[in-house]
Amino acid sequence: MKNAVKLVYTGIVGTMIGFAYVASATAEPVRIGFITTLSTPAGYIGQDIRDAFELAIGDDGKLGNTAVKLEIEDDGLKPANAKQIADRMVQSGIKLFTGINFSNVLSAVQPTVMQSGGFYISLNPAPSVFAGAKCNPNYFVASYQNDSFHEAGGLAANELGYQKIVILAPNYQAGRDALKGFKRTYQGKVLEEIYTKLNQTDFSVELARIRDLAPDAIYQFHPGGAGINFAKQYDNAGLRKAIPMVIPAFSLDAQMVKATGDAAEGVYAAALWTPQFDNPASRDFVESFKKAYGRTPTMYAEQSYDTANLIASALDAVKGDMSNADGFRAAMRKADFKPIRDPFTFGPNQHPIQNYYLTRFDKEPSGEIVQNIVGRIAENRQDAYAKECKMTF
Amino acid sequence: MNLFIEQSLNGLQYGAFLFLLASGLTLIFGIMGVINLTHGTFYMIGAYIGALVFGSTGSFFAAIVAAMVGAGLYGVLVESTVIRWLYDRDHLYQVLATFGLILFTNEATTIIVGRSPIFMNIPGFLHGSFMLLPNLAYPYMRLSLIITGLLVALFLWVLVNHTRFGMLIRAGADDRQMVDALGVNMRLLFLSVFGLGAMLCGLAGTMAAPLLAVEIGMGERILITTFVVIIIGGVGSVRGAFVGAMLVGMVDSMGRAYAPQILSAILPASVADTLAAGLVSASIYVLMALVLLIWPYGLFPARS
Repeated sequence: MKNAVKLVYTGIVGTMIGFAYVASATAEPVRIGFITTLSTPAGYIGQDIRDAFELAIGDDGKLGNTAVKLEIEDDGLKPANAKQIADRMVQSGIKLFTGINFSNVLSAVQPTVMQSGGFYISLNPAPSVFAGAKCNPNYFVASYQNDSFHEAGGLAANELGYQKIVILAPNYQAGRDALKGFKRTYQGKVLEEIYTKLNQTDFSVELARIRDLAPDAIYQFHPGGAGINFAKQYDNAGLRKAIPMVIPAFSLDAQMVKATGDAAEGVYAAALWTPQFDNPASRDFVESFKKAYGRTPTMYAEQSYDTANLIASALDAVKGDMSNADGFRAAMRKADFKPIRDPFTFGPNQHPIQNYYLTRFDKEPSGEIVQNIVGRIAENRQDAYAKECKMTF
Repeated sequence: MNLFIEQSLNGLQYGAFLFLLASGLTLIFGIMGVINLTHGTFYMIGAYIGALVFGSTGSFFAAIVAAMVGAGLYGVLVESTVIRWLYDRDHLYQVLATFGLILFTNEATTIIVGRSPIFMNIPGFLHGSFMLLPNLAYPYMRLSLIITGLLVALFLWVLVNHTRFGMLIRAGADDRQMVDALGVNMRLLFLSVFGLGAMLCGLAGTMAAPLLAVEIGMGERILITTFVVIIIGGVGSVRGAFVGAMLVGMVDSMGRAYAPQILSAILPASVADTLAAGLVSASIYVLMALVLLIWPYGLFPARS
């Protein structure tokens, strides 16, 4: 009799375990639409973004404790391409999106995802249009609002005591926004605003103008190859030592420094993070990234890694059930994860409130150029558009 | 005054750089009648080879020779495998084929060298600046570009006007069929012209690499400006390419240097800023439109 009861018990428990096992085995991994730029010269950024995200997922295919499946697509830096990909992904039932690296691409994709009721978590671009009155409960930014680096650049110039400055950017929307952002916080005198041509490769004319104006410093924003060109030519013209240069961090990332060489030495950058960042999470990240891919991670990689861990925390909170949109959103807002960029909280527009740092490119005795942190220029800083957002948190 | 001289030199060095690219393009376009979009790609290949050879040998001379040979060989390869079959076709086929070659070369370069831009240092003897006048220092690197441009112009002038090869080039530009009928090996002539154009691109690439990011897509960025130069100068004429390059270099540089100040002196600041920025971006196209209004075939057309 006793044995019979035991047998029944064993049977019941066994069946339950079996059911539980079957249930977890059939739980579909959460699909994440990962649209990014892998081709074109900017493809190295997309590569860093993808690699860091995959590093966060690890070999077991899990973000946190939730099984995920990354569906990676290359947008070729074309907004129309990206929108088509997003449409297709939305129709195939994907609810969670990230990966995009450029503002113009994001501007095309974000409305598609929002209309479908899905979530978009940005790991890099955050144009002002989505940060203010048009903020959306399903749209999160885990990087920084686009203007923030330029505002931090203005604060950096104040901190360094530069009284008169010349500012330069290419003549397109992001360039004009950059200089506007800088002027929002800079307290000294802007001697001249110089707009360069988009895709300009030679800056000799602008450099001669800078020398003639003799400012205390310059602030310039030129992304990608133009940034490398500018830094090299600034050095060649003998201006690097005479007139300090302040830039937003993405004007000279870890990969670009390799192509700039010593011309980067002494340049100041407003940044959120550099590979020299001194906390255990950051050291671990840099080390494991180097081990996995054999190169130093850029800031884009770091942002991607933090984004992945942020998503992990929210996925775990709803146990991988993306149909629980309210639960996922609430968990995202808490930002209850272990960020490399500590501290990290969300403002009412679901953009980060975080610290900004003044960094400088220094030459190590080994000849390597590293981006050292000089000091903190802003603590728990929120973007300028948060107050226009009428979401209740 | 010093600033004006410096800005003129900047215009001159930009013109010299454009001439290195435009001289080859104008010969290919004018004589062979081929629209060659791969021209910028030859320049990119020159920059890559130059940067890599300079990085490993440390000799700028070796870098220039390797870049010219490498770009020239690639030009010969492109002519003999792709372009040769398209001489009698419509321009659209040539545009498609050479555009495809841009994509192919960019991807191939990515696979071989990687996607990140590569570094080329300024050669030791070109470091620093030359004191042209008291208070006017000009970087040796940029001076060397001006000198190279002038030397190449001289070389091409001798080649085109005082050699048998040059005579055939001029004759080919005037009347291709007649030259062919006279028993000249046009196939070889075309191949040589194409190779020469590509070699000059290689030279331009190596000369520019110390001051630029050597990266995928650097060729496409200068391609349109180069076409503007040869259209202003007149297709097929080296003299036209020289004058066109100098005009474009000067107008672009002087526009960037002085248009904002002049406009802000006569207009309210808000209007002047936007107008100046637009004008600076468009100056060379305005120049092209003006030139074409008066000389519809460019300044020195090879075929009248």
